[in-house]
Amino acid sequence: MTDTMDMTTSPAVGDRIVHKRFPAINRHRLALYCGASGDHNPIHVDIDFAKASGFPDVFTHGMLVMGYLGQALSDAVPPGRIRSFSTRFAAITQLGAEITCEGQVTELIEAGGERRARLALTARDQTGEIKLAGEAIIAV
Amino acid sequence: MVDQSAVGRRFTPVTAHVEAGRLRYFLDTLGETNPVYRDAAAAKAEGFAAPPIPPTYLFCLEMLDNENPFEFLTALQIDLGRVLHGEQSFTYHAPVMVGDTLTFSPQVTSVTDKKGGAMTLIGVETAVTNQHGVHVADTTRTIVVRNG
Repeated sequence: MTDTMDMTTSPAVGDRIVHKRFPAINRHRLALYCGASGDHNPIHVDIDFAKASGFPDVFTHGMLVMGYLGQALSDAVPPGRIRSFSTRFAAITQLGAEITCEGQVTELIEAGGERRARLALTARDQTGEIKLAGEAIIAV
Repeated sequence: MVDQSAVGRRFTPVTAHVEAGRLRYFLDTLGETNPVYRDAAAAKAEGFAAPPIPPTYLFCLEMLDNENPFEFLTALQIDLGRVLHGEQSFTYHAPVMVGDTLTFSPQVTSVTDKKGGAMTLIGVETAVTNQHGVHVADTTRTIVVRNG
């Protein structure tokens, strides 16, 4: 097994090539992400709006966590080799969450005239709960 | 409640610009330091004419330059406070780089009731083309609406 992507040799099924941990998500980060992403839904930054919508507090944009997962992915795989990237938002990510992103090769395939690998990706919080479960296809 | 009549509905195409300064703000927000996204020389070394965008940034561009970013929710009479993001996917066909101008063309592709109508899942697919008419990406998202 390897822990970084070596593009001179093909990865093998089981290789854990994606791993990155991110700092705890605070309100400031959500405010910055609101502006940076163009997602101005107040539910992520305005506690009054969140409570009126039935939530105890504001919560993280799913796409902020997917942004972390994408960062962990492109730390391991050059961006020009990423063919697709998808995720399911399995649970709401609360304030204070410390996200760890991981990815493992699950399959080697031929598609689009090239050799590709399928990666299974997860983003978990500090309790180990899966927040995002996703997949990427990369050229190898 | 949103019903099957929404399937096939298209919304106003969005034209978006990939601006270096705005992209840097996004990178800083995520603590992204990979030089390929910031530095022309690093991008060139990886075969890009200009810095490429990170994997999820297409989603942001569609909202950043949208004159009515919640048009789809308003048109289908969905309350913003009842919406959650269920799934998101990106398929990349060609590079998107700083300096590009993109056109996003969203369409509702599915409406599915869950849990006896307690939730409705709405699938939206968006084709993305660049200023040269190249089909650079497809994105799909599933929006979860909490009913009742």
